[in-house]
Amino acid sequence: MSPNSLDEQFEAARAGNRRVLGRLLTMVERQDDNAVVVSERAHRDAGQARVIGVTGAPGSGKSTITGHLAAVSGADQPAILAIDPSSPLTGGAILGDRIRMDNNVSSNTFIRSMATRGHAGGLAVAVPDAVRVLDAAGYDPIIVETVGVGQVEVTIAAAADTTVVVVTPGWGDAVQANKAGLLEVADIFVVNKADRPDARGARRDLELMLDLGHRDDWRAPIVLTTATEGEGIDDLWAEVERHTSYLHDSGELARRRCRRRRSEVADRIELGLRDRAHRLIEAHSGEFALDRVERHELSPAAAAQQLLASLIPDNHPED
Amino acid sequence: MVETMSGIPLDPSYGDGLQPGEYPYTRGLYPTGYRGKLWTMRMFAGFGTATDTNARFHALLRAGGTGLSTAFDMPTLMGRDSDHEWSVGEVGRAGVAVDTLADMEDLFAGIELDKVTTSMTINGPAAILMAMYVAVAEKNGVGRVHLGGTIQNDILKEYQAQKEYIFPPRPSVRLVTDLIRFTTAEMPRWHPVSISGYHIREAGSTAAQELAFTLANGFAYVEAAVAAGLNVDDFAPRLSFFFNAHSDFFEEIGKFRTARRIWATWMKDRYGATNPKSQLCRFHTQTAGVSLTAQQPENNIARVAVQTLSAVLGGTQSLHTDSYDEALALPTERAARIALRTQQIVAHETGAASVVDPLGGSHFVEWMTDEMERQANEIFDHIDQLGSGSMLEGVYAGIDDGYFVGEIADAAYRFEREVNAGRRIIVGVNEFTENDDDEANLLSIGHATEEMQIKRLEQVRGDRDADAVRASLAALIEVATQPDVNLMPSIIDAVRTYATEGEIVSALESVFGTYVETAVV
Amino acid sequence: MSETSGHSPRSADDPEPLRVVLAKLGFDGHDRGLKVVARTLRDAGMEVIYLGLRQTTESIIAACEQEDADVIGLSMHNAGHLTLAPRMVQAVDTAGLDVPVVIGGIVPAEDVNVLIEAGVAAVLGPGASAEEVVAAVKAAVTRQSAAR
Repeated sequence: MSPNSLDEQFEAARAGNRRVLGRLLTMVERQDDNAVVVSERAHRDAGQARVIGVTGAPGSGKSTITGHLAAVSGADQPAILAIDPSSPLTGGAILGDRIRMDNNVSSNTFIRSMATRGHAGGLAVAVPDAVRVLDAAGYDPIIVETVGVGQVEVTIAAAADTTVVVVTPGWGDAVQANKAGLLEVADIFVVNKADRPDARGARRDLELMLDLGHRDDWRAPIVLTTATEGEGIDDLWAEVERHTSYLHDSGELARRRCRRRRSEVADRIELGLRDRAHRLIEAHSGEFALDRVERHELSPAAAAQQLLASLIPDNHPED
Repeated sequence: MVETMSGIPLDPSYGDGLQPGEYPYTRGLYPTGYRGKLWTMRMFAGFGTATDTNARFHALLRAGGTGLSTAFDMPTLMGRDSDHEWSVGEVGRAGVAVDTLADMEDLFAGIELDKVTTSMTINGPAAILMAMYVAVAEKNGVGRVHLGGTIQNDILKEYQAQKEYIFPPRPSVRLVTDLIRFTTAEMPRWHPVSISGYHIREAGSTAAQELAFTLANGFAYVEAAVAAGLNVDDFAPRLSFFFNAHSDFFEEIGKFRTARRIWATWMKDRYGATNPKSQLCRFHTQTAGVSLTAQQPENNIARVAVQTLSAVLGGTQSLHTDSYDEALALPTERAARIALRTQQIVAHETGAASVVDPLGGSHFVEWMTDEMERQANEIFDHIDQLGSGSMLEGVYAGIDDGYFVGEIADAAYRFEREVNAGRRIIVGVNEFTENDDDEANLLSIGHATEEMQIKRLEQVRGDRDADAVRASLAALIEVATQPDVNLMPSIIDAVRTYATEGEIVSALESVFGTYVETAVV
Repeated sequence: MSETSGHSPRSADDPEPLRVVLAKLGFDGHDRGLKVVARTLRDAGMEVIYLGLRQTTESIIAACEQEDADVIGLSMHNAGHLTLAPRMVQAVDTAGLDVPVVIGGIVPAEDVNVLIEAGVAAVLGPGASAEEVVAAVKAAVTRQSAAR
């Protein structure tokens, strides 16, 4: 595609054309050749928006909280990226988060549902690109919501300026949160469904876990909410704002974003290498090496080393 | 003397051990079953304007009927006025349209409300329709104490299955308990809740889920009413149930028998009800609308007949039979008549009504009865755990977490997949499909009703005292913010000013909020 | 607005999942069928953006734009189909969207042709099998992209 038309598309998206923005997002979601061009164009204008990650167990009410957050932010144009897993068997997905948000958000909020689409690690680059596109189109804040069950999902939610982790009352959930590595990434905790009997217990458990942790510059506050009633959301937003100030004042914001780009570049290298590795073993030289492995003339390790050397000539085995 | 077709005399019931009429009532609520009183053949109907339905009521009363059954149209059920943007095409279609007290006056014009019983199938805005009914009666000089009837008023199953909710669950349950408190104190002949599993089953649940979710909702209402300060024996005798009669014959019979047993034991043991009437699970039944097929529609007559028999052998107190053409459209009069005749054939020709619980003692039926109870108990345990020992909190939590809708959607999908794979045969749908080009005659309703109703609404809005309406709605909002004050008197005041149903709902929404469901697909 | 480049038209051999918006309009609360269809399409490898109950043509259009949907699936179990379905098609046209509308639910035989003439891509009656549902959605998308 010509850069002109892409500029036009971004201009249209900035001017509020949601259909064009929807299509730009599809391009980066697909991660095809167009995606690189779109991403590059978006990156020029990106970096303005606050990025907030929201994650938690299924049924914790995080979608409702996400919708409320977009509403109380008071922003002109908030955006939400709602990410749900694809079925590993069929590749299909049911993306049902919109309706939990729609009623709370105003019509100026842009909501996009994304499925994980199975391709390993693909999400780790598709989501930052989608955030970039929304950012370049003038949306702020951008709230990325994921189900905090797998490492990939947690990592994505953690790739934000501020990460909110939602738990529900019950010791079990806190333990789950710990297992999934949610405690390490949380800048703010939400105990949702605070109207349930054991909400205070959940808060106490989290406090205990935080006492054991060792992040000394920012201790994650714990906010109690009843998302279905909209209760506690103002408190939550106040904590988000407080964290934003902290990020600015401490210089942590720049450091975080730098780390984020760095890991995104690393992710992309990894993904590219994996892709090329797959192509390599399907290519002639790969077939040849695999044949030799089959005939026990070459060990898998030796075959891999040979092929890797052809992929990256200056590869140092001791690295 | 009751005897068989061939002249063999019959006892009221057979078998040793537990007898019908004995706690926990597995074998029936009464020792003589249908010999004392046949089940009530209650056919639920109604459409058009209040005046149209009023004419049908009068015809029914002239024919010797004493029970009026009122179906409301979709906008009324959803608490919206006939001129709401979503009401297009729905006004007066599936029931009567009621916007203001004026419509209720038309609906019951010329009927002595102390001489009839009225059943009203409405949930979200039940308190408003109840208030209108009381206001109409009192305007005609009949005190509320003399009014008899039933209002469905079962909001919990709306979140789980039928989806005709307005406000979030907690304020909605407050409306339910306010109505229970109100009728318990002032309307001793009224049944304030009909706890309904019918819609849960229609949404795709299994028989055990229908049973367990419904009874759990019943327990939840008992807990809510007790928490509101009522004594369990003061209101529990006025509670009743509404179940589905589906196609798996013995499973359904087991379900009905278990329902009586579970309700009796829980009311006695867990809720301390000492009045035996508090322990009786009285239920209405309707045949499974969802079992009717659009293909080869006449086959539905046979389905309804078998479902009717299961409800009767299961000991239902009243029964509505579906019309064979309902998978396609609203029933024609002819189809509705065949449905009623089906009940009459079972009642008078088959001998099914001669002996109470004739299947009691069958190895299979007794096993199925126990199995239904076992499955229900597993579900009760889960709900109880969700609510940390409170069934009411457990039901709230299950609604909030999408537990109920998720379980129902799973069961529905499992069923569809079995049909799709041919592992479950539906005659005329996935098997025996030849010669299925018969066309049924269908009923269609025009738009005239809608125009008339909207005109009527505009006229009422123009004629009423606008200041009085505003003042009554402001007072209602004030009371709504005080959880301990019963809303019923303020709602009655509001309907008397001819405030519309939609205006009253909006006023309550301003305090209670609007419910949006948790999407579980 | 002027058409922008870059969006590859859909066809049946596109490896990326089709994106389908599923919804019900207005008061109608019968969502059993819609949920079964959602799972059926997911199991056929599609991405279902489930809007569920009480949607308006505006909310469906907004979702289609933001989600870049390929198909709209509407379930109807009330008498409104003759009013609501054409209104949906009209709203899609007015918004300049290129998305077919598929209807499922209770639609009497004599109304099916009326809906097709009003621009509805397909009508699926009660008892439609999983294969028929999936095929109808795919065919609607293929036809739409061929017409582009």
